[in-house]
Amino acid sequence: MIEREQSMGWLITRRFFKHKLAGIAIGVLAILVFASALAFVAPYSPTDQEPTNSFQKPGIQHWFGTDELGRDIFTRILYGSRVSLTVGLLSTFLSIAVGVIVGALSGYFGGWIDTILMRITDAFLTLPTIFVLILLAGFLREQQVPWLQNSVLVVIIIIAALSWMWPARLVRGLFLVLREREFITATRALGGSHLRIIVQHILPNCIGPILVSGTLQMASAIITESGLSYLGFGVQPPTPTWGSILSTAQNQVFRAPWIAFYPGLMIFITVMAINYIGDGLRDAFDPYVIHAD
Amino acid sequence: MRTYALRRIAQSIPILFIISVMLFFMVRSAPGGPLTAARRNPNISKEQIQALEEKLGLNDPLPVQYGRWLHDMLSGNLGDSIKFHRPVNEMIAERIPNTLLLVGISFLVTLIAAIPIGVWSARKPYSKFDYSMTTVTFIGQSIPVYWLGLGLIIIFYVTIKNPVTGNPFFPVGGMNTQGRSGDVLDLLWHLALPVTALSLGWIAWYSRFLRSSMLDVLHEDYVRTARAKGAADNVVYYKHALRNAILPLVTLIALDLPSLFAGALFVETIFSWPGMGRLFWDAAKGRDYPVLLGVVMITAVLIIVCNILADLAYGWLNPQVKYD
Repeated sequence: MIEREQSMGWLITRRFFKHKLAGIAIGVLAILVFASALAFVAPYSPTDQEPTNSFQKPGIQHWFGTDELGRDIFTRILYGSRVSLTVGLLSTFLSIAVGVIVGALSGYFGGWIDTILMRITDAFLTLPTIFVLILLAGFLREQQVPWLQNSVLVVIIIIAALSWMWPARLVRGLFLVLREREFITATRALGGSHLRIIVQHILPNCIGPILVSGTLQMASAIITESGLSYLGFGVQPPTPTWGSILSTAQNQVFRAPWIAFYPGLMIFITVMAINYIGDGLRDAFDPYVIHAD
Repeated sequence: MRTYALRRIAQSIPILFIISVMLFFMVRSAPGGPLTAARRNPNISKEQIQALEEKLGLNDPLPVQYGRWLHDMLSGNLGDSIKFHRPVNEMIAERIPNTLLLVGISFLVTLIAAIPIGVWSARKPYSKFDYSMTTVTFIGQSIPVYWLGLGLIIIFYVTIKNPVTGNPFFPVGGMNTQGRSGDVLDLLWHLALPVTALSLGWIAWYSRFLRSSMLDVLHEDYVRTARAKGAADNVVYYKHALRNAILPLVTLIALDLPSLFAGALFVETIFSWPGMGRLFWDAAKGRDYPVLLGVVMITAVLIIVCNILADLAYGWLNPQVKYD
């Protein structure tokens, strides 16, 4: 009897869902994405102020209570999740795109290209990230460029600008190993161009490790975005974000300590879910991971 | 060893050069340049501004300006704070010890907690303890430090009070109670919450790393030899295995330094700890560029120095590594 052939994608998916917590984490994230997409259904506005209604405790009317300006915190958190998820996803995407290009060029060509690119990577790795993020956020917003007035975009750019080094080093390491393999020599002998070898032959073998490190990056991007907004240098008001809700909560710890609980809980749940997805992906891809030895 | 150290120092020069160029051009291309505040001041005339520009050399070509700025940096002159009219060197020198104290104590607490957790998890992998520690470390890694700090304030300062005096259990601002500066016990009391907030995430991260590093080492022949000799479990784990398992940790810590500083910045901001992070945050709100640049440059140098030290320490701990 001939066994039904299983595609690689199907195998990996099945392995992934064997990790129960990763499966649950996917569900949690799906709910979050769904809820943030449907945020407009909420009966309250995330930004309109209603001072007579301030500091309501959590209840049936206001699930998470209201803040000092009478805004419904649940609604603000729903809208805030849009910002966090967008920043997390896009900055990770951007950072991996840059990292893959740098790492691929460096690892594939070696020599002086490698030396120069890796020196720059090292320089970025020694930057005190949080200080430079704050410096860059203020600096970019002060520029008289219209599209830099969008603080969400600024945050995406600066987070990517200070995190591409990790995928770059990872991809470089993978390329150093893979470029010596026989199938690459064969492709070269058949006259495959550099671009073709890099994109079609080496890169597909790097997908697993890149995805796993991407989840780690996304988790840390969400924590960084919220942290920057919490400090007042990230996404600017009136756009609600988890970090900025947390920072207004800090001024109200005596009057309304419950406010601080919810936005932090959301960050925590999201980051934890992404971390578990990363764990599941690691298990799913494990047999295909190329060990650099 | 000495040639290796010298070569590492030489290698870090281009890195510092790249960083300094990036920072210099960021500051120079800021709208209005360093005289923005003066330009907004109605009491300063246009002629005076021109004179100032001439005096500060802002009309010179950029490479010349960069050279002068670099020369000032190298001779230890980081300029004056726009807001406080004080030399930046002085302001940073006041704050560095406080940050190092906070980070140092937190790191000590981290090692004291993370080593036994990591070793015990590796000793009985997939046991109940290991599984519960896996969950706890996942939680610890996912809690944002600023939320944790805020939560500690709400629990131990706002909510729970000493039933006898009615005062909060822990202070949440500054390093000392007024009039008790220099009192070590008072300092430790002030350190309690910030250190807790800072070290929890680190404990999770490093104990996890140490666990997998221990698991790698425990398969080695020399560990089996130690066991066969009849060495006690604790000797096998802590004396033989840990010594090698902890090696990669040295490199990891050096790579982690930027994020360790990030944690410190949040904790210093939340707990009003007078360190470099707090200084930076205050300066960033007032766009005090000389202070911002000074802090970035000093921490960058600090990180590079620590990286070199970590590499040297690695060789010292592991005699198999040969420097050439």
